[in-house]
Amino acid sequence: MKKFRADLHIHTVLSPCADLEMSPKNIVARAKETGLDIIGITDHNSTLHAKLVKKLAEKEGIFVLTGAEVTTREEVHCLVFFEDESRLEAFQNFIDRHLPHIPNPDGHFGYQPVVNENENILELVPWFLPAALNAGINQIQHEVEKLEGLFIPAHIDRPANGIISQLGFIPDDLKYDALGISKHISENYVRKHYVVGNKTTLLRNSDAHYLQQIGEIYTQFIIEKPAFSEIKMALHQQNSRFVEIYEDNHRSYS
Amino acid sequence: MKVSDLMDKYGLTLYSGESGLGKEISGGYVSDLLSDVMGNASENEVWITLQTHQNVMAIASLKDLAAVILVKGFEPDPEMLEHSNEEGIPVLGTSWGTFEMAGKIYAELNR
Repeated sequence: MKKFRADLHIHTVLSPCADLEMSPKNIVARAKETGLDIIGITDHNSTLHAKLVKKLAEKEGIFVLTGAEVTTREEVHCLVFFEDESRLEAFQNFIDRHLPHIPNPDGHFGYQPVVNENENILELVPWFLPAALNAGINQIQHEVEKLEGLFIPAHIDRPANGIISQLGFIPDDLKYDALGISKHISENYVRKHYVVGNKTTLLRNSDAHYLQQIGEIYTQFIIEKPAFSEIKMALHQQNSRFVEIYEDNHRSYS
Repeated sequence: MKVSDLMDKYGLTLYSGESGLGKEISGGYVSDLLSDVMGNASENEVWITLQTHQNVMAIASLKDLAAVILVKGFEPDPEMLEHSNEEGIPVLGTSWGTFEMAGKIYAELNR
């Protein structure tokens, strides 16, 4: 087994709240510079930049989990990832069927451009992407499971848009592969202050919206090699694979 | 005022939890953040929300709420309906928005 540095929550310029510098090309360059081995591309309710990042990252030896950060009807943010293009596209269709058509006139909430590898704009997504989908958290989890994807409620400690703020507690019957925690909090704090199963894997990600946030924080995967199946095994602590949140002793966490 | 009186007066739809219609109402609470309701709602209040997840019933039960009113025509998820019946806490529905529904109940309880 080897250790790989991962940051599974990164937005691109397609997310209206992300910096315009967050092009696929720049993200890959920054990930390379900061020594990340695995990155997750998670735009709000969109998978449209994931494939391009994957293509660019492969040339640099960086493994990409392609997915999105969905907003459930309850306004819970969840990371979802899919192993191949056909499943990713199937999930994009699901999003397209459930995203409400709330206009984003003149980039009122921020521009939502889809770009190519030369950073030329191909289209501007007209609908406000972070809006809550017309689908509840259980329905979305079922859809992800059907497509054999990964389902990870994001930043569960956040006072808004985390599963605990929105739903009061984590529903017993909800299935998930891991839980995300936000970048300024320690694993110990979360395990002490929230009701989280002992065996549940926690991931700490940067939720980067700016280039300099990429690599600030990472989680280590102890796996054979970066691959979807290896990552899944690590999240479920199977076959000696596991995940370790990297605690930088020079930083202070709450 | 009882939950059943409120239902009749405003023509609310009864989805489930019929056995709790006799509960007396002490006030109301409005929020769509379940963590907020967990912390701040009080016993025998009616909770006005647009959330339809089953956790709504777990929290209504924890806080001993009198009833839940879903606004804007939202209908309970099947699991929410089931828990409402088990707990005997009525889930009612209205086509009004939260502002109108809360205003009417507030005026009624403070007459």
